[in-house]
Amino acid sequence: MLKYTLHRLLTGLITVFFIATITFAAMHLVPGDPISGAKAMSPEIRANLERKYGLDQPVLHQYKVYLTNIVKGDFGISYTQQNRSVNDIIRDHFPVSATLGVLAILIAAFGGVIFGSLTALFRNKAPDHLIMFLVILGISVPSFVFAALGQYGVTELNRFTGKDILPVGGWGTLSHMLLPSLVLGLGTMAFLVRLMRSSILEVMNLDYVRTAKAKGLSPMRIFLGHKLRNAVLPVITVLGPAIAAITTGGFVVESVFAIPGLGRYFVQAVQQLDYTVIMGLTVFYGSFLVFMVIAVDIIYGLIDPRISVAKRSAV
Amino acid sequence: MSQTFSGDSGVAEAVKSSDLHPGTGAAFNADDFEPAVRINRFQGLSRPSLSYWSDAWMRPKKNRKATVSLAMVVFLALFTLVGPFLWRIDPSAQDMARISEGPTFAKTAVVIDEAASWTAPELSGIPAAPTASAENLLAPATLEADGVPSSQAVRLKWAPVTGASAYAVYRSETKPSGKVGTSELGVPIGEVDAGNKVGYEDTFNLERSEYFYSIVPKNGEEASKFTTLRVVLPSTIALSAAQALKSDIKVGETLHLSAHPFGTDYLGRDLLSRLMSGARVSLFIGFFAPLVMIFLGIVIGGAAGYTGGRTDNLLMAFADFVLALPFLLFMILFKIAFGVGAGESGIFPMLVAMVILSWPSSARLVRGQILQLRESEFVMASKLLGARPIYLLFRHLLPNTMGVILVSLTFAIPSAIFTEAFLSFIGMGVAPPTPSWGSMCNDGIQTFLTHPHEFLFPAIFISITVLSFNLLGDGLRDALDPRMRSTS
Repeated sequence: MLKYTLHRLLTGLITVFFIATITFAAMHLVPGDPISGAKAMSPEIRANLERKYGLDQPVLHQYKVYLTNIVKGDFGISYTQQNRSVNDIIRDHFPVSATLGVLAILIAAFGGVIFGSLTALFRNKAPDHLIMFLVILGISVPSFVFAALGQYGVTELNRFTGKDILPVGGWGTLSHMLLPSLVLGLGTMAFLVRLMRSSILEVMNLDYVRTAKAKGLSPMRIFLGHKLRNAVLPVITVLGPAIAAITTGGFVVESVFAIPGLGRYFVQAVQQLDYTVIMGLTVFYGSFLVFMVIAVDIIYGLIDPRISVAKRSAV
Repeated sequence: MSQTFSGDSGVAEAVKSSDLHPGTGAAFNADDFEPAVRINRFQGLSRPSLSYWSDAWMRPKKNRKATVSLAMVVFLALFTLVGPFLWRIDPSAQDMARISEGPTFAKTAVVIDEAASWTAPELSGIPAAPTASAENLLAPATLEADGVPSSQAVRLKWAPVTGASAYAVYRSETKPSGKVGTSELGVPIGEVDAGNKVGYEDTFNLERSEYFYSIVPKNGEEASKFTTLRVVLPSTIALSAAQALKSDIKVGETLHLSAHPFGTDYLGRDLLSRLMSGARVSLFIGFFAPLVMIFLGIVIGGAAGYTGGRTDNLLMAFADFVLALPFLLFMILFKIAFGVGAGESGIFPMLVAMVILSWPSSARLVRGQILQLRESEFVMASKLLGARPIYLLFRHLLPNTMGVILVSLTFAIPSAIFTEAFLSFIGMGVAPPTPSWGSMCNDGIQTFLTHPHEFLFPAIFISITVLSFNLLGDGLRDALDPRMRSTS
């Protein structure tokens, strides 16, 4: 297990290194350069700016500086907001995105398990058909549509009651988080419901379930103690990709709901071509996602004793 | 050997025929040496044999959801390919007189003269700047339209409020409920800066058929009381604009305007024709990215699976590495790196980025299938009979992975459409003049609260397309891949 963990961490580090390199290469392939923006500037100012950002150095030297800075945890200074470092931006805005993401994951996981169990319990009956119909909708409708419709619904609700029941956008209190995290988690929830349903149907007729029945356990105890416990494991495996989906989904949801999270910042930086911010946030997001997936894999190995991840990795 | 050809029944028949001559001993007749008649009475096939593909074709036909979604896909293809020939409105033609209009079919407009200049009535005998605190101000006693309101100008007249030094004019598209105070009166479109000026002319973007105007008296601050007037605008068109459409038209005549079944967008462009040309972009990416991706996957996965050993390890390690890259993040990064010049749509860079990042999943799939099949009996038999590797690969291995490949292709299409919509929505997709469903959603969401159709129509099209491909994929999976048949 330790060997496996170390191996995964090492490959993770290599992946992060490549992410950093590709990001650097991609940003240097962009036609034009970061300072030649809309404003015309004198050669002196230009030279000064180039010195400030180290753009007067050869590319290989820039690459070396870039890598050493990343190892030190320094992502540089923003081009469009010249007194703000990328580290400041991450420190200020990542907690907002993380809160939103964790809430969305929780909603998705609990909703997925509960609704998935319901569909399996009421298999081929009305609740099953209804939930599976909603699931197909949840998978097929883009998150920005849910975001817009949710916002519209809240506006109408507030208008109808004449009170501010839920805020339409912004950030601060729990009521601000409710709608965005629900919208953000919806797609993942739909996916998890599907997974949960087939997973429960799979364990439905296994030997230990029959044994539990023969022992005379109540249906509820069989369901909670035997079926659900074994069926819920696959949900954990997809949490890694789910975290990735929710993180990138945050780009849209944060933009629509005007939430000051890192995702909205990333989208802004991309639209304004703020090179250091794009590079810094890509490396940050990339390493975050890579290590999240690794963490989920390791946790999965710890939880389910039947699966030896170490053996699986040898194949 | 003969048993395999004639079968059990044939043998049984042969034994019986010798029993017919028990006493003849060594005497053989010539017909004893006739070959036994082969009677395949029990062997006969009661119905035509069902091949893999004809079985696959029958299954979705039984599956109602899959049939409906197949019909939807056909409809979408027709909409995209044939639609522009039937609905010949230029998707980039702007009609500034009809901005953000809801769906219209047979709209007519009365031609009116150009609006003459108008000045707000000024009352004498009332001080222009009196003093009264804002909370004591009353609402204007009357509020009416001066003359016939038209889509060029709405002229308002109201009774003066004693103590007011100014009036704020609000315009709303919905009726204020009166519950929330002045916060829901809509847009503050203007202000009259004297207490004795009691008129206002609104000429700003009058595009809807109904407005609610509210007058709030002011003195320093706004009062909490106001008067609201509902103004219905008849559909009118200015003479100069009408003459551009039909040269011999005169004031007072009725003009038939072109229909916009899905309305117009914020630049007055026909939404239906934009949806059609947007479909071309969205579906083009949705089809071609998966196709190229699957092709690459077959080549790389096939090579890795068939050769095995070091090549396999190397290729799969590379695939794993690409899979570990965060997909959307790198889509955005590649999009920036490719750079889109002026006048380019940016479709090609998006395709390339999508293929570069998504081939590993299909390569892994193909490799896994080929690894499995390589060890199966029929492949070994074929090898034993001297089949060459190329023949093996194209005759046995790849055709048998086709089902799985087709299923993953169907599921790759909606996810490619989703990716395109997502990127275009955050402004990182197709460059502006070219419409795509995602970028139309991005344009539409800005005015979602006032003109929902601009957002809803492209959103509905994205959803329906993704939905049909998902259902079709489910149906195909049931049909083509016996192991993955869903448990319902």
